Amino acid sequence: MKDIMIQLDNVTFEYKNYEDENIAALKDVTLSVRKGEFLAVLGHNGSGKSTLAKLINALLLPTKGKVLVKGMDTLDEDKIWDVRQAAGMVFQNPDNQLVATIVEEDVAFGPENQGINPSEIRKRVDNALETVGMLDYINHAPHLLSGGQKQRVAIAGVLAMMPDCIILDEPTAMLDPSGRKEVMSTITRLNKEENKTIILITHYMDEAVQADRIVVMSEGEVALEGEPREVFSRVEDIIGLGLDVPQVTELAYKLRKEGINVPSNILTVEELVMSL
Amino acid sequence: MIMKISDLIHVYSPNSPFEVKALDGINIDIDKNEFIGLIGHTGSGKSTLIQHLNGLLKPTKGKIIIDGMDISSKEVKLKDIRKKVGLVFQYPEHQLFEETVYKDISFGPKNLGLSENEIEGRVEEAIEMVGLDYNEVKDRSPFELSGGQRRRVAIAGVLAMKPRILILDEPTAGLDPRGRDEILTQIEKLYQNNDMTIILVSHSMEDIAKLVNRLIVMHKGKVAMEGTPREVFKKVKELEEIGLAVPQITYFMKAFKSKVNDINDEILTVEEAKKEILRYLRSKEND
Repeated sequence: MKDIMIQLDNVTFEYKNYEDENIAALKDVTLSVRKGEFLAVLGHNGSGKSTLAKLINALLLPTKGKVLVKGMDTLDEDKIWDVRQAAGMVFQNPDNQLVATIVEEDVAFGPENQGINPSEIRKRVDNALETVGMLDYINHAPHLLSGGQKQRVAIAGVLAMMPDCIILDEPTAMLDPSGRKEVMSTITRLNKEENKTIILITHYMDEAVQADRIVVMSEGEVALEGEPREVFSRVEDIIGLGLDVPQVTELAYKLRKEGINVPSNILTVEELVMSL
Repeated sequence: MIMKISDLIHVYSPNSPFEVKALDGINIDIDKNEFIGLIGHTGSGKSTLIQHLNGLLKPTKGKIIIDGMDISSKEVKLKDIRKKVGLVFQYPEHQLFEETVYKDISFGPKNLGLSENEIEGRVEEAIEMVGLDYNEVKDRSPFELSGGQRRRVAIAGVLAMKPRILILDEPTAGLDPRGRDEILTQIEKLYQNNDMTIILVSHSMEDIAKLVNRLIVMHKGKVAMEGTPREVFKKVKELEEIGLAVPQITYFMKAFKSKVNDINDEILTVEEAKKEILRYLRSKEND
């Protein structure tokens, strides 16, 4: 149990809709995330993936069941700040999460609120900006940065809290291709080099391919789970759940249907070139 | 020709330390019934350009003629521009504000001073155009609808103005694959069934490759490239240098061509790739 970062035990989350009916956004979900794991969460809109993220960060509390972050129960009010420190969250729209007029002040915002001493804050801000490759922009105004740069500053703001786990809710949805690349390479570096546990919620299949494990949510439940190669080899299931597979995976699938001998677990351009 | 942009320049905060030349001599001609894709990385000038096209910004220099009307002239009424050009912003559902879908969509036509009858006709038509059921949604609150439906209501609000040119800024941002396909199918239908010119701004090269007839690539406030998707997506290196990409399937065909010679790598969709690979493999069998 020591190497478990996040544990969800039979978690249900219900809310009331506009007609006062109980709607279960998450139904009896049991899931664990290992320390140092890179987990991607897929699912169509309304499948429960953002609810899942908010439950881990204690922005939402379970109606039934338990969420444990590093062994801390999110229902324990005394632990709520420790939970949020351990599991930091990055949202979709960088403009909604940057609060200061200068990059370094923005990154310092979290640790300042924790009452960390100034010299330690200084160190943390520099380290965090260096890790995301934004140290050169330390004195810039966030609103003049590109989308990818803003999102990396938002990630630095979370890093300055020294979390063990970072949850990212569609962090590239509003970015252009080069911004997406910047953010994805930052995320994989945090996982590989800084050993951060990553939970990435995304609609982009080429991003999910880079994870250690994928969980596909549907109707508030875990519909598919496994390594990217296993999950994406189930092309029909994935499409049935309202999702895509990478274009090369789709092509391999279509060629197989035409009787061409290609493996069903193709994920990248190189693999398909090699197998043809 | 429905739109002619000549030597358009736009400078933000002129004569101040923050002066930025966002558009630097843009020349674009668009014919009636074209389906244009507009791409470029963040800060390339796309948004500044489209804001000129419905009169939100005025040119620092240059001219924009739309359907015979010089919209860059200071005398032109915004109302007249909005009748010709409908602009659907990013995340347009954030702009819904009325209590019912009907009231929200009728807001624009009401401001045109149309009769109640005419307004009702337009609202009904607009709702059907985005693939929703008029009687089912007209009295509902927009906030009870799903994200994809809300976005379609917002697009209907623009369509109710009966624009000749429809501009959509990242209409699929934040939608899941199913929601994205729904919106794109609706846009394609709008294009095919109506006498409309469409400009689609998108970061998704896959979507662009599937839909548009002509691509305009912006970089540093200029038009960097122009042509059919097939012509433009051939230039992989140039596109990457300006922060863009080609569809994954196009990357694959290029990589495959470097291994086998006898293959056409000017491919934009999975379906085309399948046909080409099958052709290649079967011709090899017959050798």
